Amino acid sequence: MTADQTPLLSVHGVEKSFPGVRALHNMHLDLRRGEVLALVGENGAGKSTLMKLLSGIYVPDEGTFELNGVAFTPAGPKHAQELGISIIHQEFNLMADLTVAQNIYIGREPRRFGMLSERALNRKTQDLFDRMSLKLDPRERCGDLTVAKQQMVEIAKALSHDSKVIIMDEPTAALNDAEVATLHELIRGFVSPETGVIYISHRMDELKQISQRVTVIRDGEYVDTVDTEQTSMQEVISLMVGRSISGNQRPPADAADCADDVVLSVEGLTTPSLLKSVSFALRRGEILGFAGLMGAGRTEVARALVGADKASFEHLKVNGTDAQIPNPAVAAKLGIGYLSEDRKHLGLMLERDVKENIMLSSLVENSAGGFIKDAALRRTADEYARKLRIKTPSIRQLARNLSGGNQQKVVIAKWLVKDCDILIFDEPTRGIDVGAKDEIYKLLNELAAAGKAIIMISSELPEVLRLSHRIAVMCEGRITGFLTNAEATQENIMELATRRVSITTGAPTS
Amino acid sequence: MSIVETPAPKESEVLTAPSSPPRGQGLSLRLRSSLQQLLAFGSLIVLVVFFGVMNARFLLPGNLSDILLSTVVIGLLALGATFVIVTGGIDLSVGTGMSLCSVMVGVVLTYLGLPIWAGIAGGILMGAVIGAVNGFLISFLKIPPFIATLATMLVCQGMALVVSGTKPIYFTGTEGFANLALGKPIAGLVIPNAVFIFFGAAALAGVVMSKTLLGRYTFSIGSNEEATALSGINVRSWKLWIYTAAGAFTGLAGVIIAARLNSAQPGQGMGYELQAIAAVVIGGTSLAGGKGSIVGTVIGALIMSVLTNGLRVISVPQEWQNVAIGVVILVAVYLDMLRRKEAAK
Repeated sequence: MTADQTPLLSVHGVEKSFPGVRALHNMHLDLRRGEVLALVGENGAGKSTLMKLLSGIYVPDEGTFELNGVAFTPAGPKHAQELGISIIHQEFNLMADLTVAQNIYIGREPRRFGMLSERALNRKTQDLFDRMSLKLDPRERCGDLTVAKQQMVEIAKALSHDSKVIIMDEPTAALNDAEVATLHELIRGFVSPETGVIYISHRMDELKQISQRVTVIRDGEYVDTVDTEQTSMQEVISLMVGRSISGNQRPPADAADCADDVVLSVEGLTTPSLLKSVSFALRRGEILGFAGLMGAGRTEVARALVGADKASFEHLKVNGTDAQIPNPAVAAKLGIGYLSEDRKHLGLMLERDVKENIMLSSLVENSAGGFIKDAALRRTADEYARKLRIKTPSIRQLARNLSGGNQQKVVIAKWLVKDCDILIFDEPTRGIDVGAKDEIYKLLNELAAAGKAIIMISSELPEVLRLSHRIAVMCEGRITGFLTNAEATQENIMELATRRVSITTGAPTS
Repeated sequence: MSIVETPAPKESEVLTAPSSPPRGQGLSLRLRSSLQQLLAFGSLIVLVVFFGVMNARFLLPGNLSDILLSTVVIGLLALGATFVIVTGGIDLSVGTGMSLCSVMVGVVLTYLGLPIWAGIAGGILMGAVIGAVNGFLISFLKIPPFIATLATMLVCQGMALVVSGTKPIYFTGTEGFANLALGKPIAGLVIPNAVFIFFGAAALAGVVMSKTLLGRYTFSIGSNEEATALSGINVRSWKLWIYTAAGAFTGLAGVIIAARLNSAQPGQGMGYELQAIAAVVIGGTSLAGGKGSIVGTVIGALIMSVLTNGLRVISVPQEWQNVAIGVVILVAVYLDMLRRKEAAK
């Protein structure tokens, strides 16, 4: 092998497990010199674990990393940086209150006579920007920049370190098309025979524009690497989702029985930041799945529906009557319960017992003159704990001591006691182990069969396919399509989930 | 499969192409921040004029020099507190810490009979030690600043009483120590030496804040601690140093208050921390961290002592003075929040 063919960066047989989860198994990756390598995979496929390994935040259980054919083990982000590997996370590592220049040269501030020299710092930064032909003011406060410009600052920071490899995690997630074009220009300017870029993205159309090869990973395992030129995006998607869907049990399609019983009708839901004219109807006894990639706006729909965030509706009808939901208390009164994806922070009081958690939303109904009727509380909590098969020695057990699945059941019980007919589940099985997942699935089916209307947001396609009667697919704040369970496949969901609205730049505006 | 039709992109979306920032935007930003300080300074002037009109006695040289002298102690404590608050932390131990420092001055001067410079050094060193302990608890043991400094506040109070045997220590044996707080008249106005010390300390704090790594990382940590750590900055040890530096200012305050009272009073000090924090906040430093300035803190300290003094001069009863100062703090913080919201747009 000639020196020229030694990969710039390679990953061999890397394994990484966390308690109870195998995050990466026999992972491979080769970044050639002068190339942009796209890395794609579904949510949870292992991309971010791989990044954290490369930046030294995690230590691999097995396997090796090589840079220019030399093995290395990054000890931390700073060490990785010194080796020439810069990682630009989706969440930027910028200090909002510092200026652009101060951010770029943090830890390497130019000094004169021991004192910081703002002038030298700004000059140095301006030189860097000139070399990159980047139009940014070094003195501007980072927090005042748009996301796109903050991205530029991160890239400039990487370049200022003389990085050889830049790894970008979904760099365009929050950018418009013109900004994406500028970013791609910067990336092309960076790539030279000594450097390379690993570009993590979900956006199929972008891969064509920027990458030479695509590496696909799935469920923590390496799947394949293909030439972008010779591969259709359809093929990449099938590689991503895999052909087989394990344990796929389709729900009975008898939800159509009550097809006319619309309990929630949403039209033209729009939020300032993301959602654009989202419309759908939810029927009694139905599980409506919401699929989409991270950041597509599924959680935002849920939060808008319960009045947790500011949003505007053209029409919103709950049980056939016009409604306005300014805050979650009103939503609860209308019988809409939201079960957050972040159970531990937003759904539970971990340090309180099961009974208190179950009854929290229904205290007013179980009190007289401001005094809580303890006996009634205990009775109801006990009843629901048994109904939902919550595994706990007693309803006095602290929520903290329950397993993830049982914690989820406690949250469900809370909304059932409140007599909610519309339940919104956001990632109902996140952090719940496989056995307990089945329990939750069973419970969701039972709830739907009992006439509850359910919105289920999930990033796991098999889960969406298994539970939903209908599936709404979102991409970038819009619903890009509805699928019935019968016609839905992982492929056509992914296709809809990556269907971006292309914005023609520079088009005449009329 | 039904595909939802996607509406044509709106005009505003098309127009959000990145354009180069207009040159000098950073400059206007700096102008905006100095405008904020101008506002604080303006309200200080308004207060002075108001009290002067209400009662001419307020503007007498004697009273003005009183105001300056009472600014010194709160001001010195506030200088240290500014560093801590800009990191996003809080320090409740500065009041009683100051007492412990003045007791330490008493130990060095009166008990040990060492020269004045040793007493001053002892006081400042004691402050730095208290600060270092706070810093250690907060950055190495990860105890939340509020709890850690609440505990050291009590420890300092107790230690001050223990060391002094619960009695004041007088400096009658040390010629000239009290001169630190006195001064000669300049053009009819007696400016106490302590005031010069305060402004010297403020200048030093200003330089440290804007021109040294310690100051830069103070802002950086307050702005985003995790990002700072990921940038390869040793956040833990820098925080230790920041709290230590803040403690040194507490120590200096202890020296000055000892000189002013010509004695170390172990029982006092409690309550000063809140006035110092109030001065910092009035000066525009954000309790959320990341933003603040020394100039603002100096103005904030002046506003605090002008208010206290002015309300007394115009014969507002003591109990109402507290109410008024509380209201002023609320108004200052609320206005600051409004301003931030405006700036965030």
